[in-house]
Parts: sequence; C-alpha cells; structure tokens
Amino acid sequence: MALLDVKDLNVRFATPEGEIHAVNGVSFALEKGEALGIVGESGSGKSQLSFSILGLLAANGRASGSVKFDGREILNLPEAELNKIRAERIAMVFQDPMTALNPYMRISDQMAEVLMLHKRLSKRDAVAEAAHMLDLVKIPDAKNRVRLFPHEFSGGMRQRVMIAMALLCKPDVLIADEPTTALDVTVQAQIMDLLGELRRELGMATVLITHDLGVVAGFCERAIVMYGGQVMEQSPVDPLFAQPTHPYTRGLLGALPRLDAEVAMTPIRGNPPNMTGAPKGCPFCPRCDFAEEICAQDMPALTQFTEGRARACHRSIETIEEAAA
Amino acid sequence: MTTPLIEARDVRVTFDIRRASDLPWHTPPQLRAVNGVSFKLEQGKTLGIVGESGCGKSTLARALIRMLPAEGEVIWEGKTDLLKLSPRQMLKYRSDIQMIFQDPLASLDPRMTVGEIIAEPLRTHRPKMGRAARKEKVREVMEKVGLLPNQINRYPHEFSGGQCQRIGIARALVVEPKLLICDEPVSALDVSIQAQVIALLEDLRRDLGLTIVFIAHDLSVVRHVCDEVMVLYLGQMMEAGATEKLFTEPQHPYTQALLSAVPIPDPEVERNKVLIALEGDLPSPLNPPSGCPLRTRCPRATDICATKPPTAQIAGRQVFCHHPGPAPEVQAVLAES
Repeated sequence: MALLDVKDLNVRFATPEGEIHAVNGVSFALEKGEALGIVGESGSGKSQLSFSILGLLAANGRASGSVKFDGREILNLPEAELNKIRAERIAMVFQDPMTALNPYMRISDQMAEVLMLHKRLSKRDAVAEAAHMLDLVKIPDAKNRVRLFPHEFSGGMRQRVMIAMALLCKPDVLIADEPTTALDVTVQAQIMDLLGELRRELGMATVLITHDLGVVAGFCERAIVMYGGQVMEQSPVDPLFAQPTHPYTRGLLGALPRLDAEVAMTPIRGNPPNMTGAPKGCPFCPRCDFAEEICAQDMPALTQFTEGRARACHRSIETIEEAAA
Repeated sequence: MTTPLIEARDVRVTFDIRRASDLPWHTPPQLRAVNGVSFKLEQGKTLGIVGESGCGKSTLARALIRMLPAEGEVIWEGKTDLLKLSPRQMLKYRSDIQMIFQDPLASLDPRMTVGEIIAEPLRTHRPKMGRAARKEKVREVMEKVGLLPNQINRYPHEFSGGQCQRIGIARALVVEPKLLICDEPVSALDVSIQAQVIALLEDLRRDLGLTIVFIAHDLSVVRHVCDEVMVLYLGQMMEAGATEKLFTEPQHPYTQALLSAVPIPDPEVERNKVLIALEGDLPSPLNPPSGCPLRTRCPRATDICATKPPTAQIAGRQVFCHHPGPAPEVQAVLAES
C-alpha cells in the first residue's frame, strides 16, 4: 500500500470573478522513502495541490476527492486531527524562509515549540534537540546560533533552519515547496545535496514541488508534470527526460536552455491558461502543435502505457515522435 | 580593431552606509558595490554579466547609465566619457541607451495605457515629433515585439508577465537605441514564456543590430544568449572572456564552482556530476576579505591571496586569480574514467 494515496483531488477557489479551478482530478501515489517531483509552471496547481493535502488552503479554497495517508483518509479532517499529522507525520518546507519563520521569535523558541507540542518535551530538552537538528543540517556552531533570530541568518542558512524545523519530529513525508527558488545556484546546490542526504539517512519520502526541471533531474526518482491543474505525464525521471511522451513535456524540455550544450531554445507559443471556470478539454490544447478537434472538447484520461509511466493525451506517442523526427 | 560602442574603465560604485545612530561628523562605513570593473563591448555583440545576488551586477548596469554616481570612465563610441557629462549633456545619450527590467509588471505605470507607456520615451526624446508620427511609430514597434494593434488602449494589468515584458521591450526600442541593457529580463517568467522573450530579443538583435548588456543569474540562459561573459563576485571581476571558452574551460575557481552548481535537466548527467563546493557564506560586502575577495571560500587559497589582489592573467581572456587552471576535482574524475 502506498504511503500517500491521492485520488481525484480537486481544489477550487471562490472569487468575485468566478470559480478558479486550480487542481482538477489529480491522482498519484507516493511510496515509502520515495523522492517524487511535481513539476509545473506558475498556475499549474502544484502548490495548491500540496497545500490541500495538509489543509493549508486559503479561506476561499475548497478541496474534494480523497487523500489517504497510511490507509487513513486525511482530506478535510478537522483542525485538531490535522495538527496531529502535520509536523509529526507530514512536514513541509516553504519557498521563502523569511516569511515562513516568525521574525519575533528566536530560532530556539520556534523550534522548541514544535517538540513541546508534539513530543511533550521540556523546554530545556527541546532546545537541546533543536540545536542537535541544526547541527544535522550543517549549520556551524549550532549550539550558540540556535539562540539567534531569523534575520541574523543568510538566505541559505534560513532555509536550513526551515528544513531542520520540518525534520524535528522525524516525519514520514517531507513536502518541499520550491525550497531553493529564492536562493543562489551555489546555495541551491548545497541545499538540494543536504535534502538528498537527509532523505537517505532518515528514509523519509519527499515530495519536491518545483518549476525547475534541472532540480528534478538531480533529486527525484519519479516525477509528475502538471499543466492547468491537471497531470499531463507521470514517469520515472530517466525515461521522462530521455523520451518525453506528452507534447507539453516535450515543449517544456525544448524551451529550456542547457548549460552543458549549445541547443536551440524552442518557445512554446501562446500564453498560460486562464483557470477561471470549469475546464473544457485539455488545458494545453490552445498551445499544442498536435491539437485536434477532440482536444478542445474532452480532457484525455491519464492512461498507463508502460510499466510505471502514464500520459494524458489524445494523440498517440507514435504521432508525436514521428513529427519530431 | 573597431572602436567599441561602450568601454568601461575601472568603474567603481561606493555607497555610504549611514546608520541612524551615526552622528553627523562620523564618516560612514563604505560599501564598494562595484570595484574596478572594466570591459569593452563592440557594436552588435552581447555581453553577459553574471554572479550571485549581491555581486554588484545590477549596480554596474545602473552606473553605466548614470542612475547611480560612479567613479572611473565609461567611454561611449570611443570619444565621450559618459560619467563626466552634465545631466543636460547626458540627455542626448539617454535615447541611445535603453533598459529593460526584471519585474515586467512593476516597471510599467499601472495608470497608463500600453500606447501611452510606449510613446512616453518619444515625448521625452523626440519632442518635435507630431502626434500622428508618434502613433505610427508606436504601432510599428508594437508589431515588432509581437503585440497586437488592438491592445494599444489596454492597461498593464490586463497582460500576462511575458506580454508585459514585451511592452517593456517596446518602450525601450521605440527611440531606436544602440545599446540595450537587460537586467534579469526573463528571471520572473515561466520556462515556456522565457524562451519566447529570449527568441524575441535575439530576433531584434539581428534585425536592428542592437548591442546588449545582459544581466542574469541563470547561467544556462547566458550561455545561450551572450557572445562574451563577465563573472562578478563581491563587486569584482573574477573571469571574463568569450562565452563558449569560458563555459567549457573555466579557469577561475569561482567560475568553476558556479558552473558546477547549475542543475542540468538530464538525470544521467546529474548523477555523475562533480559539485565544486565553496565553503561557508558570502562575506559581508562592508568588510570584504583583503587581497582576493574569494580567498575565504576558495579551495586553492594560499598566503599570497590574502596579501595581493590578483591581476588579470590574459590568455585569450581575463582570469583574476593567483592560481588559475582547470578544476582539480573534475580532472580527478576524468582521470578515473
């Protein structure tokens, strides 16, 4: 049985301009210890998907469908029940550590709070454990620096603090929402290295939400490609990058400049989709070179075509590969 | 050799960091944001300026167009030193040098229509131009950047990020500049849109013979776009030269670390990658290390690095390092395989 089993998840936001369909019928499973990437551009619904799992949607957001964690339904649980799962079983790392940490609290207090609440530790033990955790994420001189405030750390160090805080209760699942987007590349490389090391040491499953295909290639075993709130393709990373089967995945990889080779950047024409109102047809259809009449009418189902790989497209893999050749 | 369109000689930008607690007669501590940067850029070429946040790349761009006071010389077309001109004299050159910015929406006035935004530089720099001629010019430039004629009366908020960037580019191009300074023009955009804007910039460069200074932190984009690259760290030049050479055979330890950190969208490559890590954090720019600014984090640092600032070693390019050469980590892996 999968550790986290998401079935037909929908997220909607009520706004004065109409209902925003941010996530539409997304299903995926996360196995124990697995590193899963959720890739998409802004507005693809990748962040709202993860927020809905932990009950962190904005007040005007509604989630429906099913999210089973360890066999138990956790979607839309009451706050008190969710609080037993958050941090303890499923923890989250956010994009911007400066806004996610409380600027008025010392790191020691913020981190100890988690342990005192979830593990019923005394303040003294909790702070000692917090310092130990900072040590684990390679913050030098952790014993003394645990007493500092968030603003006294650099961006990369702050993200390390966030990671340490998320790991305090040794969660089974870590959801990292764009953990390195606000950081410089050299710092990004250090943080991704650290996350990989911790994942292997602690054996926790990690969901990495990102727009950066390079980071996915380096960190994840499997990836889900999202567009317009729907899953376009799902595959282990090696075949996904080597033989992408969905026109969107192909377009995305083709639009990417590469550091290690002189390749043409081929843009995807058109603009990102408008998410207001119920989706009709495939969201990528207006920008797709392979679109047919049916694409504007029906959203193709996500269908498995080989072991471990699935795609949602009306056109056959052969048609798409022929056109490329 | 042809005269470079723009040449920077030993450009320095210094900020006074005055704190609230300082008394009027205290000399404030000084932050050298840009420290002795020089380059030559020929007509039609693209120069990339790369580095991590805080390295002074945006400050350098702002200094070139005198949005900030700077020391040194910026020679325009081999004759005029832009830094010596009075603001009035400078006005003449402003239409030759235009800029596009990182945040496409924030750089457009929300209360002006697209047509007004694009026409504004014409009102300033071509005051004698008639209404009809101006409208015609705006139409023409909108078409060039891929905006539709019926969008002329719309407001910025009605556009997506990529389209806003097109408006910004149109506004810069309407006065037919010779030099375009792009400050992180695509870093706020999604991958699919980023490629559209890059393609547009390349078309424009080819068609109009534009010279471009391209500031970016994304090295993959820079490799794709630029003819020459300059790597900055703590306001100082680390390495500069032709893009292809610099990316395939970096000589400076900082360039090597920077390049090794860039994620490559290929799982196979990523698994076999050697990460050249720099120790620790960026030092405070208020109190930079003596000698070579990288020495506190550099794996090759020796005593000389602390005492003497490195001068450029020129072998087809400039490498500001006492111990230049290929990365030993990478060499070791090559030897094994």
